[in-house]
Amino acid sequence: MVTNITNFGRSGLSDWLIQRISAIILALYTLFIVVYLLLNPGLDYATWSGLFAQTWMRIFSLLAFVSMAAHAWIGLWTVTTDYLKHTGIRLAVQTTIILAIFVFLVWGIQVLWGA
Amino acid sequence: MSVLQVSVYRYNPETDSAPYMQEFQIDTHGRDLMVLNVLELIKEQDSSMAYRRSCREGVCGSDGMNMNGKNGLACITPLSEVVKSNKLVLRPLPGLPVVRDLVVDMGIFYKQYERIQPYLQNDEPAPAIERLQSPEDRDKLDGLYECILCACCSTSCPSFWWNPDKFVGPAGLLQAYRFLADSRDTATRERLSDLEDPFSVFRCRGIMNCVAVCPKGLNPTRAIGKIREMLLANAT
Repeated sequence: MVTNITNFGRSGLSDWLIQRISAIILALYTLFIVVYLLLNPGLDYATWSGLFAQTWMRIFSLLAFVSMAAHAWIGLWTVTTDYLKHTGIRLAVQTTIILAIFVFLVWGIQVLWGA
Repeated sequence: MSVLQVSVYRYNPETDSAPYMQEFQIDTHGRDLMVLNVLELIKEQDSSMAYRRSCREGVCGSDGMNMNGKNGLACITPLSEVVKSNKLVLRPLPGLPVVRDLVVDMGIFYKQYERIQPYLQNDEPAPAIERLQSPEDRDKLDGLYECILCACCSTSCPSFWWNPDKFVGPAGLLQAYRFLADSRDTATRERLSDLEDPFSVFRCRGIMNCVAVCPKGLNPTRAIGKIREMLLANAT
């Protein structure tokens, strides 16, 4: 058993499972947005904001944002533990990544419900 | 063309400040020798050449090395399988400290093997004669017990290169699953709980270098997948 405290779920198994589920959610969200943009070539502001005014779209978007946050945390944490061998630098980079993810998540929620 | 151009990694920490590649011309007389035979011919030219060998038939696992970029056992690798444009490059197994020339320090590899407790654990009273196993249960150990611990797989794995102290590596995980799959072992839960952290098993990225190089044709990636399934079944 290797102890870890800065990874997302405190467990390799839960990180592994969350990484896979979040990947599926992100793939579905990306696919939806791409298809939506292809089906609406002359997209204007009213249509776009109309889409995001609907509750299901806000839930879907928030789900994608949360998935992105978890996915990025798990993935980048893994990268830092592979390549950053100096503890101080690794911890600083991990903290920066986690704080940035938090900022982007709150910002995303504000965008979704702010307007 | 029967003269083979061989380039060998040389390093003697007592006399060399840095490792270097030494060139040898080896006359094979047109025979399709094993790489180990070529090393023996090199040793005739330069007796200071150091490498490990023992059984010379792929059973002991002593002569694992990197031949033209791919790990394998020198004794069962014919030249026709590795030599390209009459050139052979021999290096020690990647990622382990070099003791001398092609001899590496396998300490960290054995430490990871020791960590998975590679022995049968059973807390039930021992029967009068032996612990029996059905033929079906015995079949589950096929493809697992044959490992000779040559380290070709673990030293071809980038995850093991970056974190050899935390990631068990394909060889150790194949053996971990060998005891998880054994019907006579009762320590399954304890074994699983020692493996669920982000490094021991989950640092495997499934690139299957281990499968590509295993001289015994074993499949550590599949065993790692089975461990993941067991962990998932145990925790959901």
